[in-house]
Amino acid sequence: MEHHDIPGTTIFDGDQARKGLALNRMCFSFNSAENREAFKRDEDGYCARYGLTKEQREAVRERNVLKLIAAGGNVYYLAKLAGIFGLNVQDIGAQQTGMSVEEFKQKLAAAGR
Amino acid sequence: MAHIIGGVATSHVPAIGKAIADKKQNEPYWKPFFGGFDFVHQWLQREKPDIAVFFYNDHGLNFFLDKMPTFAVGAANEYHNDDEGWGLPVSRSFAGDAAFSWHLIEALVADEFDVTMCQEMLVDHAVAVPMQLMWPNAKEWPVKIIPVSINTVQHPLPSAARCFKFGRSIGRAIESYAGNQKVMVVGTGGLSHQLDGERAGFINKEFDLLCMDKIVSDPEALTGYSSEKLVELAGTQGVELLNWIAMRGALTGRVTEAFRNYHIPISNTAAATMVFDHQPQPQRKAA
Repeated sequence: MEHHDIPGTTIFDGDQARKGLALNRMCFSFNSAENREAFKRDEDGYCARYGLTKEQREAVRERNVLKLIAAGGNVYYLAKLAGIFGLNVQDIGAQQTGMSVEEFKQKLAAAGR
Repeated sequence: MAHIIGGVATSHVPAIGKAIADKKQNEPYWKPFFGGFDFVHQWLQREKPDIAVFFYNDHGLNFFLDKMPTFAVGAANEYHNDDEGWGLPVSRSFAGDAAFSWHLIEALVADEFDVTMCQEMLVDHAVAVPMQLMWPNAKEWPVKIIPVSINTVQHPLPSAARCFKFGRSIGRAIESYAGNQKVMVVGTGGLSHQLDGERAGFINKEFDLLCMDKIVSDPEALTGYSSEKLVELAGTQGVELLNWIAMRGALTGRVTEAFRNYHIPISNTAAATMVFDHQPQPQRKAA
């Protein structure tokens, strides 16, 4: 569906949801500690079992959040994946904006002034 | 009849739950946020609610994107929290009031809000964190909860106007329940924040301050924004403002602001807490 364009922003609509169903379902499975461990043992095998596309598997391998979003990932679900890699929302914010984590934190603090 | 004593709105960022677990409340980063709860504790101590109706959004604990209800109401006598995958300790469970829930559901459907009815429902940090913030030292939770989940994740989202009317309907339903319960309403999430995309880290103080003013005195003014406009002004996750708007809708009488706290940043979020006093009016204006 067409949206009013908001720079740097993807609306998680039906098109995104359809594209991302398998990827988001895999991330949903990470609510279970057992599944998180299974993923860590064999990342790509786990991705394959959930039917991720080549593009999605590459984005997982590269830990590339912008590519994961482009491939239909929803950030609430991607956060569960990022957690496995030890990345919090400042880390993924820094990655997506091309800043260091420290710069990203300063940007957040600056918004309050 | 049951009556509504007022409401609390608060951010529900998972990192707050982590800070509670790690006992960081008094550290310089966290104090400006947690300090805002001193007033809330006094208010709750004075008002002693029996039931808390929670307007919140699920983040992939109870609902997955395979089946996403726009509005869902819990109808259980007990609700559990569980592992959400990002390292928060699992909260102890919460008591519900199934009879009260079914009364709300009956009234909502009669009012043409065809909600999803959930006799089993996991509640995530969007309920657990505000509970821990409001009653940090409680051995047992002093309220029963009614979880009301609003889809703020999968577009199309319900409009702000629809969420406000939904809240209105719940408010009328609460006040028509044959009991003498003291009920508080809670709206969780927000305010402005965006976790995803090149615009990650977006915060809009000016819009948040406007929302906090309008939600007290002129909530209808917030119902004119489309979901896309809310994303633009408040960020992709700032649309959790819808939970606040629904909560405010449930306050059908005269509303006054008892307290507010606003602090940037907590995690990636403009964190806000508000308390609303509520006086039922004999002649309410129609929703």
